[in-house]
Amino acid sequence: MNEIWYQFKKNKIALFGLGMTVMFIIFAILAPLIAPYDPYEMSTSDSLAGPSLAHLMGTDQFGRDILSRIIYGTRISLQVGIISVGISLVLGTLIGLVAAYYGRWVDMVLSRFTDVLFSFPDILLALVIMAILGPSLTNLMIAIGIVYTPIFARIARGAVLSIKSSLYIDAAKSMGVSNRKIMWKHILPNSMAPLIVQVTLSFAFAILAEAALSFLGLGVSPDTPSWGIMLSEGKNWMETAWWIAVFPGIAITLAVFSFNVMGDGLRDALDPKLKNESS
Amino acid sequence: MIAYIIRRLLIAIPVLFGISLIAFFMVRLVPGDTVTAMLGNSYTPEQAEALRAQYGLDEPIITQYILWLTNVLQGDFGFSHFTNTPVLEAILLRLPVTIELALLSVVIAVILAIPLGTIAALKRNSKFDYGASLFGMLGISIPNFWLGTLMILFFSLWAGWFPSGGFVGLYESVWGNLQSMILPAIALGTAVGAVAMRMTRSSMLEVTNQDYIKMARAKGVSSRRLITKHALKNALVPVVTVLGIQTGYLLGGSVVVEQIFGLPGVGQLALQAITNRDYALLQGTILFIASAFVIVNLIVDIIYGFLNPQIRY
Repeated sequence: MNEIWYQFKKNKIALFGLGMTVMFIIFAILAPLIAPYDPYEMSTSDSLAGPSLAHLMGTDQFGRDILSRIIYGTRISLQVGIISVGISLVLGTLIGLVAAYYGRWVDMVLSRFTDVLFSFPDILLALVIMAILGPSLTNLMIAIGIVYTPIFARIARGAVLSIKSSLYIDAAKSMGVSNRKIMWKHILPNSMAPLIVQVTLSFAFAILAEAALSFLGLGVSPDTPSWGIMLSEGKNWMETAWWIAVFPGIAITLAVFSFNVMGDGLRDALDPKLKNESS
Repeated sequence: MIAYIIRRLLIAIPVLFGISLIAFFMVRLVPGDTVTAMLGNSYTPEQAEALRAQYGLDEPIITQYILWLTNVLQGDFGFSHFTNTPVLEAILLRLPVTIELALLSVVIAVILAIPLGTIAALKRNSKFDYGASLFGMLGISIPNFWLGTLMILFFSLWAGWFPSGGFVGLYESVWGNLQSMILPAIALGTAVGAVAMRMTRSSMLEVTNQDYIKMARAKGVSSRRLITKHALKNALVPVVTVLGIQTGYLLGGSVVVEQIFGLPGVGQLALQAITNRDYALLQGTILFIASAFVIVNLIVDIIYGFLNPQIRY
């Protein structure tokens, strides 16, 4: 663990990503204390006000404070990230684990199934699932979770396959340890490194997907302070009030950037460990 | 090589079959009824029944799927009540816009990726390298719909250089067409360029460490020749694969980008099919887009096989 941290902190951009992620988490938890205004509070007298000391990022067409809505928006983005990536991680790992461990026709059926899901562009698949489930935050998280399941299934399958033929697994089998125990106690913990990296990177994808679906009007309800919704509303006011669309976009980019560089840094830090393990 | 191509084709067939299953059954799960969506608010139960029978919707679902698939294989994707044309005709009418957008995006991606990635690798750990890495990370982090929105703000609304939306056909005006396509292509191509740039950089770093490059350098081959004739050629092999994999992103991204810029492509058609509950059209566009992805990847795999004879899986 110390070695991973030592490797990770050498990467300055990855450290920046970690710092930003911690900041987003603090914003999400302490939103009511940090946000200068109520994100839902409308004020016709303040509508479309440009950035000023009173409203650092200006206000939208209903006079709602953009900064406050962005701060509250971290809650939606992180919630979507945690739950949808959680769904993908659990489902995908289960599929990959079962496919690689049992092999033969089980592997063939499950791998073809993930291949098929992979063939659908993520946003299109998420759009159709949203059309089936209906627009709501819960359904959005389920849709994104399903869309990113195949990638976890592939990674888990690959990791398990490389471990499955190890001597200690053969030893466990010959000692009569049950299949289930071998999978959960021995194979899964040793396949975690690539999955952890993917969790971080998928967080970035999930935030982007939420914003894209909300932008297209198939995500969360329009009054929710979601970055995608804010951007979608902002584009209608671009000529008169550029700030409505510009600041939420910066927030999305920063959040996605942070998770991406953190994932990259983690991969680099975990890589020597992976090499040691497999040798 | 032929055995390799046949093997790749055989793997693609069950995937295409799976796509047809998902495209058909998933769309059937979308709430609402095609018939009521077609008839509007005022209709009699008899009219609905007649229409249901006409489209075979009164048959068991498995029979409907077999019937649909048989028709699709014969080029009949059904009838779209939204466009009021056969689905295939609606898709083919809009396909050139999406293909042009995808191709232009790839061109922009390649123009960005190869020089930036190559120079970054050759000047490893320099300021240029760090700048290129930052571009690589920002490129994949900026949402294409935001980049599109920003470009409309800067280049259309403020500078007035490009139209803020709408589409001009290639046959109407080549310049007008390019003007209407360039901003969407940049919005879509930047992320692909960023991914390909990262790949070019790491691939180039790997290749320049190979013995044959060191040998060529020792024999006095000029740096320029070494890079263009020897290193780059081999370094680009994995970049081609990355570009192939990105087709899925381009097709998915086209749904969003076409919507922002008002381009009448297949992506926008898919979105219109969802919002108008046109199930035949939705099934058709999903099937078409996912199959296109599989076919492009199949072609990329085969090209990869040609470029790198060591790969035969």
